[in-house]
Amino acid sequence: MEVIYTGVRQTPEQVVETAIQEDVDVIGVSILSGAHITLMKRLMENLRAKGVHDIPVFLGGTIPLPDISEIEGMGIDRVFLPGTSLQEIVKYVYDAALNKRKKKHE
Amino acid sequence: MNNEYLYELIEKAKRNDKGSIGKLLTILESSPPEAFKLLDIVLRETKSKAHVIGFTGIPGSGKSTLISKLLSFYKKENCKIAVIAIDPTSPLSRGAFLGDRIRMQEHSLAPNVFIRSVSTRGLKGGLSFAGVAMIEVFDYLGYDKVFIETVGIGQAETDIMNSAHTIIVVTMPGIGDEIQALKAGVMEIGDIYVLNKSDKEESQKTFEYLNFVIESNELVGRLGWRPKLLKTSALMNYGIEDVMNAIEEHLQYIIEHRYFDSKAYLRRKLLVKLFIEKLLIDKLELEFERLNIEETPGLRNQLNVLREKIASSLKELELYI
Repeated sequence: MEVIYTGVRQTPEQVVETAIQEDVDVIGVSILSGAHITLMKRLMENLRAKGVHDIPVFLGGTIPLPDISEIEGMGIDRVFLPGTSLQEIVKYVYDAALNKRKKKHE
Repeated sequence: MNNEYLYELIEKAKRNDKGSIGKLLTILESSPPEAFKLLDIVLRETKSKAHVIGFTGIPGSGKSTLISKLLSFYKKENCKIAVIAIDPTSPLSRGAFLGDRIRMQEHSLAPNVFIRSVSTRGLKGGLSFAGVAMIEVFDYLGYDKVFIETVGIGQAETDIMNSAHTIIVVTMPGIGDEIQALKAGVMEIGDIYVLNKSDKEESQKTFEYLNFVIESNELVGRLGWRPKLLKTSALMNYGIEDVMNAIEEHLQYIIEHRYFDSKAYLRRKLLVKLFIEKLLIDKLELEFERLNIEETPGLRNQLNVLREKIASSLKELELYI
């Protein structure tokens, strides 16, 4: 598995553009600022506007429980809350990437 | 993948559609049959125009930051630039953490800049191939400059550096012993030496030492070009314009000495060799994995088993024709 790390404080546009140039299998975003609704909405809109529909996006961070359904409604694949085990996240990424590649070859 | 899809990707990539370029590069990394079709088109049509610049130097010397600052200058010149950032991978974890981009993210949205991270893993000795092929594709797509960043250790990275017109060795203060290694080893290749982090205290001493080495002609430049030594602080944005001027001066020099075109010629020839090598090695490795040396004791027997496999892998080349 290869992780391309962009560093902190990226705009949604930067995240999308990086994912496109690197032709990634999965996008993972970490947000601790509380701005997850606004930022993830912008990220997903930007991703769709660029014609990307096949890259699963997951989010981790301090996300209040009531916000989760709204976030999932945006087309975000999974939300991980504080305390999630690393194995669980790795397992998810592994399956999501494999799934995406399978679809690509169909 | 069908041919129509590949041709569509190529057409879109020519119009600088970043998503299509990204997918073409993935093909070079992971899919030899499509890579073959792509490169067949690329090598038919291009008159090589891209200026290829290699950046090498020990980890932590500030290569990525220097490249990022250079991008800021070149963007003003309306130059189309591709960056290939190669990161070495731990052979133990078999995973890669690619962090060169962190220093360059301010350029991620620039329409004329394309940045791609490449790990050494997963390419199975195909790093040379993927790296050199990426240069060709960016050249084909009309990129003016191709920057390649590596730590410069190993055969693959030497192959890639040999494909560059201009080589920049980035070093930093306080590494006296490393300079000895730099003279003797694979790093004796720089057209331009950059002493980065020159805001550090001990920098003058290192500068003088490097200068002495160059003055005494211990570091011989290629084709009569006298290597340049420059001081920078990429972080403080100091000396960057001097590096850019030196790069352009070197470009003029190699054009005048008819070195520019011959380099591209050699690079393409190398690509042909690397492609065939990759096909054969991939196949051979597969056969090696299947080889059971307990069932066939003795090197003669093992060679005999493999001989047929090797012959059949040569036959497989016909599939490409």
